[in-house]
Amino acid sequence: MIEWGLYNYWVVIFLMMTGLYVVIARGNFIKKIIGLNIFQVSVIMFYVSMGKVRGGTAPIEAPGFEVYSNPLPHVLMLTAIVVGVATTALALALVVRINEAYGTIEEDEIRQIEADEDAS
Amino acid sequence: MDGLWALIRDDLPALQIAVPLLAATLCILVRRPMAAWTVAMVVAWGSFLNAGILLHRVVTTGTISYAEGGWPVPWGIELRIDLLNAFVLLVVTGICAIVLLAAPRSIEAEIPREKHYLFYAAYLLCMTGLAGMTITGDVFNIFVFLEISSLSSYALISQGRTRRALTSAIQYLIMGTIGGTFILLGIGMLYMVTGTLNIVDLANQLALVGPNRTVLVAAACIGVGVGIKLAVFPLHIWLPNAYTYAPAVVTAFIAATATKVAYYVLVRFAFSVFRINLTFDGTHSNAVLMTLGIAAMFAGSLVAIYQDDIKRMLAYSSVAQIGYMVLGLSFANEYGLTGGLVHVFNHAVTKCGLFLVLACVVLRMGSTRLSAFAGLGRRMPLTFAAFVLGGLSLIGVPMTVGFVSKWYLVLGALDAGLWPVAVLILTSSILALIYIWRVVEVGYFKEPPDGADEITEAPLSMLVPTWILIGSTLVFGVWTSLSAGVASAAARMLIGGGS
Repeated sequence: MIEWGLYNYWVVIFLMMTGLYVVIARGNFIKKIIGLNIFQVSVIMFYVSMGKVRGGTAPIEAPGFEVYSNPLPHVLMLTAIVVGVATTALALALVVRINEAYGTIEEDEIRQIEADEDAS
Repeated sequence: MDGLWALIRDDLPALQIAVPLLAATLCILVRRPMAAWTVAMVVAWGSFLNAGILLHRVVTTGTISYAEGGWPVPWGIELRIDLLNAFVLLVVTGICAIVLLAAPRSIEAEIPREKHYLFYAAYLLCMTGLAGMTITGDVFNIFVFLEISSLSSYALISQGRTRRALTSAIQYLIMGTIGGTFILLGIGMLYMVTGTLNIVDLANQLALVGPNRTVLVAAACIGVGVGIKLAVFPLHIWLPNAYTYAPAVVTAFIAATATKVAYYVLVRFAFSVFRINLTFDGTHSNAVLMTLGIAAMFAGSLVAIYQDDIKRMLAYSSVAQIGYMVLGLSFANEYGLTGGLVHVFNHAVTKCGLFLVLACVVLRMGSTRLSAFAGLGRRMPLTFAAFVLGGLSLIGVPMTVGFVSKWYLVLGALDAGLWPVAVLILTSSILALIYIWRVVEVGYFKEPPDGADEITEAPLSMLVPTWILIGSTLVFGVWTSLSAGVASAAARMLIGGGS
């Protein structure tokens, strides 16, 4: 039988590295924010996987069920999702303002504009 | 009055967080700038007073444990106030309250009037987050409050006068979110191993578990995450831009509080959660921290010397000062940690004072470039004298607070048997002398440009908070029983393995 025990965690690591790579490698701010979101989601998946108990059901007390999953990590992730949404909203608002101020959301073009400003 | 006091006296820890949080929404409701400022002032000074009462209570009766909502610890969320965080709380709320005095005049010149109430709301939210991070006894709560303070500080920074404030805010947002997410990941791993989030319980459970690869990875994730928020070299790249382009009072506020609270979180994890033996034995983490601290001291100061914008110069100087704090922690002995903790207080007071001086300069001159300082010693004598005294404290001249922290750091280095490090601490002070002297020379000995006669002294509402802070660098440089006394008692408690 194939051992699926750590499958979730491999997905988590893959997503995490993908997210970080996108943040670092892309110059477009929207793409950076997408990378940031992927990165955050990987941690959310990590917590959700951690709360799962093998053979356990959803943590709602009912007759006939003995084993329940741990609800705490799941609840924590509700907060983390809210934080993620707030961060994304703020980041997007900043990107809108940057686009108004510079006329571009490409990091290297903005850097060029700022370098020209400094030179003059 | 007595009835009210009886009602709230046991709930002071919770009020420290709840009142600013609610007042922030009140600021949005009242909308009028002066009304919002009044709300913020009452709340900030009330919080400062509250922090003073809490510190007094901790000193006289010992650690305060407050079970939020009556849920018993460790299942519920605990607010746990001991000497260490009562001290940090007092610094943070004090800086919040004093900077707020200078805020109305300063932001009038930098932020459109219709946004002022939002500024005060964000300011109070940031204070809520910082106070929450400081006094909570729950590691997940630290993450949540960290994000509250970070999100509001991104918003505050983006309000700067130039469009570069926007790019530096999003740069900080990206770095800060990566840092926050790493902390969250580390906390998850700790929960995986121990099944608890309470700091005291976590420490006990970790002691039972013993060395474990998951715990080490958790420590690494939290170390990197907090390192980004603390701006420890080489994770500091967000800091110079954020400090340079933020509105002047925001720089004064954030420079003196956000990195200090991050340092507190690092100390808390290193000494309370992982305990000293797990943090330092066999991981070489103190060697890493020491190297980074020394690198920051020199790199930060050297880069500061070449800056043309004085606000940017002080930002790089902050990177160097954070290096001193990290160095103090890395000695892992009582003197070193005392030096690090007392430097939290001393650097907060000094740097906040200096950035308020720059707020005065930018209000009158419209710029913080070195050329704007020409002849400033004669035209704005009080403001510039404050800069000189703050500068002396940064260098670490005796009779200023900067000397007290360097004294303890040198003692810590000698106590750890590392006399070359003690020499490096003293050498790096000379670099501070160079970058401060550049400004002093221009301010006193250079002729002011023509047609600048109408420049007058800064308004009283900004001079008073500046001089409160600069005055305290002198007072606490001589009278050290509050700053160094509490810091060394806290260091003893941490080194002794207490919680």
